Amino acid sequence: MLRFDTILAARQAIASREVSAVELVQQSLARIQALDGQIHAFTSVYAQRALDLARQVDQGQRKGPLAGVPIALKDNICTSFGTTTCSSKMLANFRSPYDATVVKKLEAAGAIIVGKTNLDEFAMGSSTENSAFGPTRNPWDTQCVPGGSSGGSAAALAAGMVCGAIGSDTGGSIRQPAALCGLVGLKPTYGRVSRYGLVAFASSLDQIGPFGWTLADVATQFQVLAGHDAMDSTSLPQPVEDCVAQLEQPVAGLRLGVVREFASAQGVDPAVKAAVDAAIGRYTEMGARIVEISLPTMPYGIAAYYIIAPSEASSNLARYDGVHYGHRTAEPANHIIDLYSKSRAEGFGPEVKRRIMIGTYALSSGYYDAYYLRALRVRRLIQQDFERAFGQCDAIICPTSPVPAFKIGQKSGDPLQMYLVDVFTVTANIAGIPGLSLPCGFTSDGRPLPIGLQLLGPNFSEARLLRIGRMYEAATEWHRRRPNPQA
Amino acid sequence: MAGSNITVEQVQQIARLARLQIDPQQARRLGQELGAILDYVATIGQLDTTGVEPMAHPLPLQNVLREDVAGEALPVEQVLMNAPQTDGPFFKVPKVIGGEKPEA
Repeated sequence: MLRFDTILAARQAIASREVSAVELVQQSLARIQALDGQIHAFTSVYAQRALDLARQVDQGQRKGPLAGVPIALKDNICTSFGTTTCSSKMLANFRSPYDATVVKKLEAAGAIIVGKTNLDEFAMGSSTENSAFGPTRNPWDTQCVPGGSSGGSAAALAAGMVCGAIGSDTGGSIRQPAALCGLVGLKPTYGRVSRYGLVAFASSLDQIGPFGWTLADVATQFQVLAGHDAMDSTSLPQPVEDCVAQLEQPVAGLRLGVVREFASAQGVDPAVKAAVDAAIGRYTEMGARIVEISLPTMPYGIAAYYIIAPSEASSNLARYDGVHYGHRTAEPANHIIDLYSKSRAEGFGPEVKRRIMIGTYALSSGYYDAYYLRALRVRRLIQQDFERAFGQCDAIICPTSPVPAFKIGQKSGDPLQMYLVDVFTVTANIAGIPGLSLPCGFTSDGRPLPIGLQLLGPNFSEARLLRIGRMYEAATEWHRRRPNPQA
Repeated sequence: MAGSNITVEQVQQIARLARLQIDPQQARRLGQELGAILDYVATIGQLDTTGVEPMAHPLPLQNVLREDVAGEALPVEQVLMNAPQTDGPFFKVPKVIGGEKPEA
């Protein structure tokens, strides 16, 4: 591991001059060099740039809450340096002419982006196996997936290559890899973090958020990322609460909602159920009241999601036409439509094609009402379910993923089986609410694999969700465990 | 709802709309996969959604307006720097007039 493997530890060490920012970045780069052949967390590493920025930190020219801290950035977030590939052949050589707002904010806060990380192509997937550049491996067991789609960011942090990482979450793509890699991950309220420069997958569901080893690290990064941005018309003007300052305050009279419909959810691993039940017990010991709530539309969440997300994707990804940027076929084309169809067939991988096809079908004449429009009505019902539930509790507590990390190849042959892994996470994106995943245990047969606990709260409740998470973290030791990946 | 009966012809029709060239072998496989996925997502048909307002977006945001003033824009060279082919300040594409339009 890095000697200072959390953001908090790294910042303290730099502040006390125990280590320089350059040394920290050198350690990060050395760790990537040693392990990434095996883990494959990164699509690109910017060693020289990172060292130059670190030197500016040491010379006092770059300051801020993340000054000198090496972090990793998911490769669907635009940077004016290097490439932004979305782990797709389509964008393999794409160089963004501008920085995403979050990149500007992270660098203004002093963070050092050492590299960009692997993902399921265009963030479509739950295992990072759908990358055109090959899968990422889970540092806890390299035979297993790290989750997805932000699997590269999660694996980079879990392998100790960086102190923090940024991902995006459209249906669980931060929370699920956080769960499978033993990390804390936050999907903020829709509109809380600017999407300017995030390559669009499903625009009404996408949100950027952080990974950390601890609640404090996630709070620190969230504080930097959050806020209104004139460049994103869906970004919210509400002021951002100071999550870091309140983090250590327990929530008095805490009421946690347990979802009745989740009790009968299929395919929940017994180890996951046991760990989440134990976590609920822990909260009860701390004085929390457990309230049974009902989310009657929940069983239809995955179905609604896999209509809405592909529909938006089929529209968003229409821009990849082989004309303006991205891959163009070398085959002769007789007509402009021929050029589009061949370029897209060559540039997109199988899962992206499947989703474009599903979305095109759901939006096509004759099917629009039965699929897309009906899914939007179900979306309203899901949002109303949550509104009712949050009248009775401060947060909902449930598993993040029904299963711990699964073997590479185990689910990749059956798209529908892979979709079902998202059962506990997609509804937060559908409703727009924030969701947090934090470690709550490990499997006990075979190599220990992390298990994630999910907390869902009403819009803008990030500060309180983080406090609730911190109550559990302060009472447990899970967040101190680290994997030991070998080169 | 069509569900599991996605024929190769239907797959090719969707592929044409999506501007994706699909070979016959892929089309057969996609037909099975899409059939299974569409069967599953069609379960939302079991819910009574009568009178429910469709929700396209999580935020109740109305039009976001601003003054219509010219801001900074990307220079043409940067706009074109990722284009597969250019000609001066233009994107270049193969000749499209006189070619045969694929069946749509």
